[in-house]
Amino acid sequence: MMRTMQGRREALRLLGGGALAAGAWPVLAQGTRAPRLVTISGAITEVVYALGAESQLVGTDTTSLYPEAARRTAKVGYMRQLSAEGLLSLKPDAVIATTEAGPPVVLDQLRTAGVVLELVQADHGWGEVQRKVAAVGRAAARESQARALAARLDGEWAQVKKQVAADTGRKPRVLFVLSHSASPQVSGEKTAAHAMLGLAGGMNCLAGFQGYRPMTAEAMASAAPDVILTTTQSIEALGGIEKFWQRPELALTPAFKRRALVTQDALLLLGFGPRLPFAVGELHKSLRAA
Amino acid sequence: MSAVPVRSRASLDHGAKREGPPVKGRLTMRSTLAGGFALLLSSLVVGAGSGAYAISASQLVGVFGALWQGGADPSPEYLVFVNIRLPRLVLGVAAGAGLGMAGTLMQGLFRNPLADPGLIGISSGAALAAGVTIVLGAWLLPALPRTLGSWTLVSMAFGGGFLVTLLIYGLSRSEGSTRMALMLLAGIAINALAGAGLGFLSVMATDEQLRSLQFWLLGSLGGARWSAVLLVGVIVCIALCAGLTLAAPLNAIALGEAQATLLGVDVERVKRRAILVTAFAVGAVTATTGIIGFVGLIAPHWVRLVAGPDHRVVLPGSALLGAVLVLAADTVARTAMAPTELPLGVLTAFIGVPMFLLMLRHFRGRL
Repeated sequence: MMRTMQGRREALRLLGGGALAAGAWPVLAQGTRAPRLVTISGAITEVVYALGAESQLVGTDTTSLYPEAARRTAKVGYMRQLSAEGLLSLKPDAVIATTEAGPPVVLDQLRTAGVVLELVQADHGWGEVQRKVAAVGRAAARESQARALAARLDGEWAQVKKQVAADTGRKPRVLFVLSHSASPQVSGEKTAAHAMLGLAGGMNCLAGFQGYRPMTAEAMASAAPDVILTTTQSIEALGGIEKFWQRPELALTPAFKRRALVTQDALLLLGFGPRLPFAVGELHKSLRAA
Repeated sequence: MSAVPVRSRASLDHGAKREGPPVKGRLTMRSTLAGGFALLLSSLVVGAGSGAYAISASQLVGVFGALWQGGADPSPEYLVFVNIRLPRLVLGVAAGAGLGMAGTLMQGLFRNPLADPGLIGISSGAALAAGVTIVLGAWLLPALPRTLGSWTLVSMAFGGGFLVTLLIYGLSRSEGSTRMALMLLAGIAINALAGAGLGFLSVMATDEQLRSLQFWLLGSLGGARWSAVLLVGVIVCIALCAGLTLAAPLNAIALGEAQATLLGVDVERVKRRAILVTAFAVGAVTATTGIIGFVGLIAPHWVRLVAGPDHRVVLPGSALLGAVLVLAADTVARTAMAPTELPLGVLTAFIGVPMFLLMLRHFRGRL
């Protein structure tokens, strides 16, 4: 292990000689070697795998849990608390993250060290997925594959949009509950869950606040959701579907009477990655059936 | 009480307590400080030599050679060391020295072994201001991030800490003098208020903001960049110099404020200076690193156990030991889970407490 690292550094110095003289490091002429990538966002990591560029992936953040192989990559920590030296020790040529990544000082230090930074703006729309695919394509030097993937995903997306638009029934009022830790939270506006509900032909029953709030019995009763949406991880954390329905906050909702519950994997539901068309399609079907 | 003689100021300059015969088992001033410097030097060497990015000893020598000649060496090792690791080491020394000395000043001023710089509201004020900036910054002060850039959080935290300290100082003034008991209570009350404010902010915060706030509260030297490091370094240096001049008056105050006054110490002036020095040093450190707990509390006790209570030893000694503690903790923070980094505030306690408890057991007869 140590020997290969050493060898790699020697190779890097030889290869990078020209660029180093110019003061930039370790910018290498594209094409001499496939760029080494670090991804800071589960969805961006998924794009790397979708492009078949996983051999170039040398590190990911703690939210990169899909596909299974991504869990075994070197972990660089939480996206808001990156370590400059830790990242550089993986000797990446490019770091691909969302604009949420930080702290800013560390990002500056990475740029100073000559690492290409691709920061993707997150706005919970289809454009976000397209930008992630394009950013990974650029950073991985696989732009033609990225264009092909983007075209395929655009096709899938058009299908899903048609599927949702064809449904002219009443939009179900949906409550999204997130309970990965102790106290359940419900989502207001400007959240990934809110955007997903809109895309999948549902309606967030909570409005008037942004982000997540703790779930309270009275507010849930007045929001009157027809369906509850949650993540499979929340159900696991609460100890099963039975336990979930025992939450006192849910007892006075119309959804409780019908036991109308939809669950989806958190990364699939909230990730806004290349699986978005599939996630929206599935969510639409489940909301119809619930 | 009545037996305390009125001494001239001249005798005070040599310390309120004259150096008596050395206490058995206690280190002298010179050997304590020499030991402190030796510890600091070795933790600097270990810190410089370890990190996520592998830099061998010979490469390190090369880096220092290039630094010495003033010529920039474009090797990756040079860039990582000079831009990332070295500013962290300097910030670690400054932060530890500032926190350690401030802890001694507060314990001396309050004549209370439980006092630490947090008591006069610097940390909680800085934390509250940092919380406001992280959570409400976007709509409360939309113009600030553009004008101040990455300095927004730092300057807000420094300002917050300083303002809260002034408030607590103001609350403890009574009939022209500063009442330490009043200050203690005002400090506890204002700290509780700031804690409630942080709690409220954490309800308003999004997940990302909450995580940012949480990490800020655990402290990190990860934000070290030369501009900030040099600023903090200069502030802490000035604070250290100013703090060291308070050693003799603090020795007098250790006998009681009335006695100190009789000994010719202007107690009010000492209080003002000690609080000002602490506010500047801890404020600057906390604003750049977040909250690094425990160093300010533990470093003075440690030195006192080894070298006795004379502030002329404890002040510089706790600065040295504080720097050693922060450097050691940060070295572990950088390497233990690389490429991920651990929060520093967690490690200062994880490393400091067991060592301190061993120390307490070893010297338990002396307490």
